[in-house]
Parts: sequence; structure tokens; C-alpha cells
Amino acid sequence: MINLDLIFPEIYLSLSIMFLLMIGVFKKNSENLVYNLSVITLVILLALIVNLFSINETFIFNESYKIDKLSSFMKSLTIISAIFVMISSSTYLKKLKILKIEYPILILSSILGMIVMISSNDLIVFYLGLELQSLALYVLASFNRDNILSSESGLKYFVLSALSSGLLLYGCSLIYGFSSSTNFTHIASSSSNVEYGIIFGLVFIIVGLAFKISAVPFHMWAPDVYHGSPTSVTLFFAALPKVAALTVFIRFLYIPFLNLIDQWQTIIIFISIASMIFGAVAAIGQSNLKRLIAYSSIGHMGYALAGLASGTNQGIQSSITYITIYIIMTLAFFSCLFMLRKKNIFYEKIQDLSGLSTNHPILSIALLIVLFSLAGIPPLAGFFAKFYIFIAVIEQSMYFLAIVGLLSTVVAAFYYLRLIKIIYFDKAQEKFETDHNLGLKITLAISISILALYFLYPGILNEIVSKITII
Amino acid sequence: MNFPILSSLILLPTIGGLFILFSRSSSNYNGAKYISLFISLANFFLSLYLWYVFDSNSSEFQFVEERIWLKGFINYKVGIDGISILFIILTTFITTLCIISVNSTIKYRLKDFLVAILLMETMMIGVFCSLDLVIFYLFFEAGLIPMFLIIGIWGGERRVYSAFKFFLYTLLGSVLMLVAIISIYWIAGTTDVIELYQLGIDAKYQNLLWLAFFSSFAVKTPMWPVHTWLPDAHVEAPTAGSVLLAAILLKMAGYGFIRFSIGLFPIASEYFVPLIFVLSLIAIIYTSFVALVQEDMKKLIAYSSVAHMGFVTMGIFTMTPQGIEGSIFQMISHGIISAALFLCVGVVYERMHTREISKYGGVVSVMPRYAVVFMIFTLGALGLPGTTGFIGEFLILLGTFKVNFIVATIASLGVILGAAYMLWLYRRIVFGEINNAEVKKLVDLDRSEMIILTLLAFLSILFGFYPDPLLSTTSVSVESLIDLFNMNIKIYTANTL
Repeated sequence: MINLDLIFPEIYLSLSIMFLLMIGVFKKNSENLVYNLSVITLVILLALIVNLFSINETFIFNESYKIDKLSSFMKSLTIISAIFVMISSSTYLKKLKILKIEYPILILSSILGMIVMISSNDLIVFYLGLELQSLALYVLASFNRDNILSSESGLKYFVLSALSSGLLLYGCSLIYGFSSSTNFTHIASSSSNVEYGIIFGLVFIIVGLAFKISAVPFHMWAPDVYHGSPTSVTLFFAALPKVAALTVFIRFLYIPFLNLIDQWQTIIIFISIASMIFGAVAAIGQSNLKRLIAYSSIGHMGYALAGLASGTNQGIQSSITYITIYIIMTLAFFSCLFMLRKKNIFYEKIQDLSGLSTNHPILSIALLIVLFSLAGIPPLAGFFAKFYIFIAVIEQSMYFLAIVGLLSTVVAAFYYLRLIKIIYFDKAQEKFETDHNLGLKITLAISISILALYFLYPGILNEIVSKITII
Repeated sequence: MNFPILSSLILLPTIGGLFILFSRSSSNYNGAKYISLFISLANFFLSLYLWYVFDSNSSEFQFVEERIWLKGFINYKVGIDGISILFIILTTFITTLCIISVNSTIKYRLKDFLVAILLMETMMIGVFCSLDLVIFYLFFEAGLIPMFLIIGIWGGERRVYSAFKFFLYTLLGSVLMLVAIISIYWIAGTTDVIELYQLGIDAKYQNLLWLAFFSSFAVKTPMWPVHTWLPDAHVEAPTAGSVLLAAILLKMAGYGFIRFSIGLFPIASEYFVPLIFVLSLIAIIYTSFVALVQEDMKKLIAYSSVAHMGFVTMGIFTMTPQGIEGSIFQMISHGIISAALFLCVGVVYERMHTREISKYGGVVSVMPRYAVVFMIFTLGALGLPGTTGFIGEFLILLGTFKVNFIVATIASLGVILGAAYMLWLYRRIVFGEINNAEVKKLVDLDRSEMIILTLLAFLSILFGFYPDPLLSTTSVSVESLIDLFNMNIKIYTANTL
């Protein structure tokens, strides 16, 4: 008998999506209602997930679905950030007149896909979740359909993502062919002898996953898609899919293929170093804030992968900490971006920030904190994220990775400083509007206070994360 | 549980800064100034009280506070010994002076400026009393943020370039130190400085770790050839920023050399003495020549700072009580005198809006009082007996002669060059005929300038004639540091034989 309690959150979310869709279809002008109801759905979902926190490693559905500390933590992280994404971007959607009933429903569907991915312990279940998530994201990327950039980004994302899904499926089939199973646990027991087929499959799947978290050299789509999509969707892109993909990365590398660590460690180190350097160097020339944050997120994924490359529990924990803090920084940054509004037009050029500190001192301080945190300057939270990564990396004596990583933070610091220079040192422009909705203000206040005050109690997050053990 | 006096010293300025930041008032509100003045004065008196209750006969760390911060990993640990207390008092003292001096120099966004200065004070005090490497690194790096803003917002024409250069240079230097700190954690199992002093670090790792720390401290000191950020930062920073930079920020590195390089890596320190001596000598001689040809007053003083810090690094690595005590004394003395010199430059800059030396000349006939105080500091900077500058340089040279005769002889030449460029600067500004009509309109020192500069001049002469209060505070701690050093060397040589 299958214990349905364990996947009750997923069932509840699917039913809610259908229910909300019904409301949206049959009730006229119900956009706001559906939007608010979906936020409430997410809050309830969070409660259901948190309820499962006490469960230690349980499998269901023939060991293809796994509930453990990792899945509970990552699901909570996904849902909490989704809630903040929703409440911070409602004004944006309204002003751009793209608040339609499909928007929240698509968001919920992709979240459903993500939490399936996070819990998957089987290649097929994982692929199922991935596609559910991606299909919703393709539509979201082109949601502002009258805007040519948005349509372009949706199409581009679709084509490239389909390609990567193809590679991923090919990898899955190779692995199935050589290990005669799609289940992570079973693959682990049969892949002890190194066969080329399995290694090829492994590489293909790493490529597919690296595409999803936009790591170099599979990052090409990120700047265009980030740039073209509506900002609220960019925020969604920048934060949530990375959590799910990173979780799958962790599971996939550490459960079926831990004994092949010599094979994949080099690949991950290469991807990590390439992402760190590329993210730092390529962002320097950008003039659009969304493109800039795309490159910056490529760099950040490099650091998260560096933790994974270490091959220890500590490394995994540091990656999880990193992604958590990264998401808080992303939320804070985009909340600031949502506040750059004049007469229903949202500004996203770097030059629009010029002299912001004269007219908007509080917003500027918020941006200052976010940017220094992204650059990893102590005592802000971003420093600790990198600090944990380097602790794990240096423990394994991977000094080269650590030094390259730290040197690229110096390069990256340059473009964050450039933004600060524009905000603080340049001439002021016209004022932006200041009537922001409460959700946006709350998101900004919470995320900034976490970033600024993290150093007082760095142990809290550490303690939660240190319970997650994979190996 | 005793009163956490060090944590209060660290936190008080931040609390004051936040209070000013969030208090609802216009940005040029005078109240902000009085609040910050009050806070910095309170901090200054607190640090004086600390000196009063400090037991200088003990080599132990005192007022140690330890709190769990990252469980089982890093503890928040602060404490002071005879070496750090002087730097703390210097910090609180100079910060107070900076806040008094902003009156005339900062024209806009005074409130933000005061907040930045107060945050800076927190970081600087934190650096001088942290007893855990990670905590030290936090404070050391966090100080970049307010200083970057101080140079960038309130600086001169090329402020953006200078602010970036300052930030990126320092950051680049420090990241290797972070790698070293984490490595120490994995090698020795702790980052607690006191424990590390006792445990010692395996000799085979010391050289690399020492170099990593050196890369950070060398940039911050600054030592030749990574000193180029300093003249830019000094020239462009507002007066108060230059004062903080010269008087305190540079001392962080000297302090770091004493506390960490010598304390933690004695064998590597011994090994790298020639490197330090060579770099210090180049700094002393070369930058003195560079200072001679400067057209810009602030740049000249900045290069003289590099030369003076060259003496400091040389003195530290003589590993003799005279050398190290002399270095500490020289750092304090340089803190007072360079702060005063930058204030002096600030005084005429505010009136003339140029720092070019050739635009001045004959200032003595319009600003007699200014000429007198400037004279005192010029003589202090070149190390005339009777000023603090003399004691520091004398002790350092004494220590160096004991170790290496040639190095000491060459360094002594630096003293002559120092006299040359400082006196020449003084002559060109103060004496001569008035060629520039602007100079005739100059007004002599006003009251607040007079108070600050006289106070500094008084201290410079007081400690020049009576250095005992400073030397007796440090001597026991320095001796115990040297004992520790010699003991480590002895064990190491016994093991390798």
C-alpha cells in the first residue's frame, strides 16, 4: 500500500491548479482573484511541506520518489521564494497589463514540476518533472507577447531547451541500456564496473543539467532570455529553476554515480571554473541590468558547482547554503529593479540608476547592500556563501579551484562596483515613483535585512543545512 | 560576567551610525554632527579608560570575550594586549578629530559622511582587537566598503578611478589571505589566534601561508611595488578620508605583520627577512626620491607615508625588541603626524582649491600661526629629536644595526632624504615671495582647526620628549612575542639538525 501522505503536497498542488483554472475560465475578470488564491495555495503548500521535515529518507512508488531532508529543504526554499516572487511582482504585471489568469497557473505548474524534480529518484520521474517545469517556463518567457523581445526569448529558450532535453534523454537511454535500470539506487549498484556507455550517458546528462542552471559552456540562452522576458519572469528564471536543477545535480552525481567521482569531478571543476571566469568577465560590458544579472548568475552557479565538485557532504551543504543565499540576493536585487518605475514604465538600463542616491537614499542603500553582497564582501551574506564553498573546496586541497574562484570574485567586484559608482557618484536624474505595493516593500525589507544581518547569527542556516547528508 | 568593554567599543560607532542614518532629518542636519561627535568622544574616553585599567605588566590577552558564532567552528573572540591597545586609542582619537574637522571640508551629504566614518571606526577597532582569523578578516575587508564610498562620493576629480583602484587592489591582496585562513583551519583545526600561538603551525606549510598573508598586508601597508594605489587614494580622498587612511588604515597591515606573520609563522618570517628588508629599503629610498619630484602636496605626503611604512616593516622584521617597539611607536607617531600633515594640506586646500605646490609660496606672511604648526609637523615627519618621529626611527635603526649593518646604513640615508623632501616642501609653501594673488587673501586658522592642530602638535612633542607611556605599554607584550618567536625557531632548528 502506497503511503499517499508523503506526496500529499504534490496532489494538493495539482488539484489546486485545476481548481484555479476552473475559476479563471468560468468567472469573468478573475485575474486578481486567481493571483491571490495562488499565493494562498503556495502558503498552504509550504505548511504541508514543512510538515514533512521530520521524515528521514523514505521511498515511495517503487523507489522512484524520495522524501528526505534534502527534498524538504529544497522544496521549502522553492516555495518560499515563489511566494516572494509572486507578491513582489504583482504591480509589475498590472502595470504592463499582462496579468492574465494563465500567469499564476503557469507559475504553479512549473513549481509542481520543480518539486517533482527535487524528489525524483528515477530518471523518468526526473524527466517528467523537468518537462512540466520547462513547458510552463517557455510560455512564461514569451508572456508579454506583444513585445518582440519577449516572443524571441520564449522561442529561443524553447529551441535550445528542447535541444538540451534531447541530449538529456539520450543520456538517460544510454544509462538505461548499460545498467538496465532507470532508478538511481539501482544504477548505483550496477555501475560499479566502469563502462563507456555509462560514462557517455553521465556526460550527456551533466550537459543537460548544466544547461538548465546556465553554466558555461551551456549558458548562451541565459542573457537573451533574461533580457527579453518580462522582469517578473526573469526573477523567476533567475531563482527557482536553479534550485530544482541543483538538487537533481546533487542527487544524480552523488547517488548513482558516486563511485565514478573520478570521471565527473574534472567535468564539474571545469564547468565551475569556466562559469566563474566567464560570468565575471562577460558582465563587465553590459548596459542592461537584466543582462548583467544573467551573467552574474552564471558566475554564481560556478561557485555553487565548486561546492559540488568537492565530493563531500560538506561540499553539498555549502552548495545548498550558496544557492539559498543566492536566491535571497536575487530577490532583493529584483525588488529594487521593480522599484525603478516612472509613469508605468519600468527602467532596466544601468544608466537609469545614475545618481539614485540623491533622490532615493533608502533604495540606494538597499542596492548597495545587495551589490556588495553579490560581490561577496564581508560582513554581508554573500561573503559567507562563498566562504563555506571555499572551506569545502580547500578541505579537499583543491587550491587551484579556490584561488581561481577568489580571483574571479575580484574581477566580478569590478562590475558591481561600477553599479555602485553609478548610483552613488554620478549625477542625479528625475525621481522615480515611490508608491510601491506592500508586497514589494516587504520582500525588499526581509531580503535586505537577511543579507545585512546574516553575520550576527550565521549558525541558523548552517544548522538546518548541516542535517542534509547525502553520502 | 564582566562588562564587555571591547564589544562596546566596536559596536558603539555602528549603533550611532545607524541612529544617524535612520533619524528623520535633512541630510545636512547639524544634529548629526553633534551625535557623531558625542559618540566618537564617548568611544575615545572608553578607550582611555581601557588603557587606564589595562595591566601592562602582563603579556596575556586581556578583556577577552568569547561567544559562539558558528557552532563548533568559529567563535567570536576579541581581546587586547599591549600591542593592540595603542592602535585602538589611536583609532578612537583620530576618528574624533576627523569628525571635528568635517565642518569645513564636507560640503554635501554630511550625514552620510558621518555614518561612513563611524562605520569605518567600528571596522578599524574590530581589526585591532579580534583574536580569531576569520573575525579579523571580516573586519579587515568590511572596512573597504565605507572607505570606497568616502573616496568615491566626497573625493576630488579623479575620485572614481582612485576609489576603484583602492578597492580592487586591496581586495586582490586579501583574497589569498582568505585561502590561507581557511587552510589554517584545516591544517591546525582552529582559527583562534591564542590557540594557534600555542599549537604552532607545521613548518612545511608556513612559507606559503606567510606569502598569502604577506600579499594582503603588503598591499595594505603599502610596500613597494604594490604601493601605487596609495598616492591616488590619498590625493583624491577628502581630507578626513586621507587622515583615516594614513593614520589608521595603513597601520592595520603593520599590526597584521606583528600579530599574524611573526606570531603565527615564525619560521617563514625568519626565512623571508631578506625579502622584507629589500622591499623596505626600496620603499625608503625610492619613494623618497619620488616624493622629491612631486608637484602635488598630498601626493608628496602620500609617498612619504610609503617611505615611513618602509621603516616600519623593516623594524618589525628585525625581530628585536627595539625594532618592533620602534615600529609600533613609529606607526603611532606616523598616525599623529601624517594625520596632522593631511589636515594642514586640507586647511590651505579649502581656501585655495589647489594642491599644486607651485601655486603657493609666502604663506607665512598671511598665515603665521599656520606656518608654526606646519613647521612642527614637518620637523616631526623628518624625525627631529624631540618629536615622536625621532623616537620611532631611532629605535628601528637601533634594532636594524643589531641585525644587519648594511641595511641599517642604507636606511639611514632615507632619513636624510626624508629631511630633504619635507623641508623643501615647507620652504616652497611657506617661505619665499608671494607670487600668487590668491595667497594674499588667505585667512589664518580658525578656532576648530587651531584646536585640532595644536592638540596633535602637543601630542607629537609630548611623546617625543616622554615616550615612556607608549613604550612601557607595549614592551611586555613585544617581549613575549619575541620569546615565542625565538622558542619556535629554536625548536625548529633543533628538529632539523
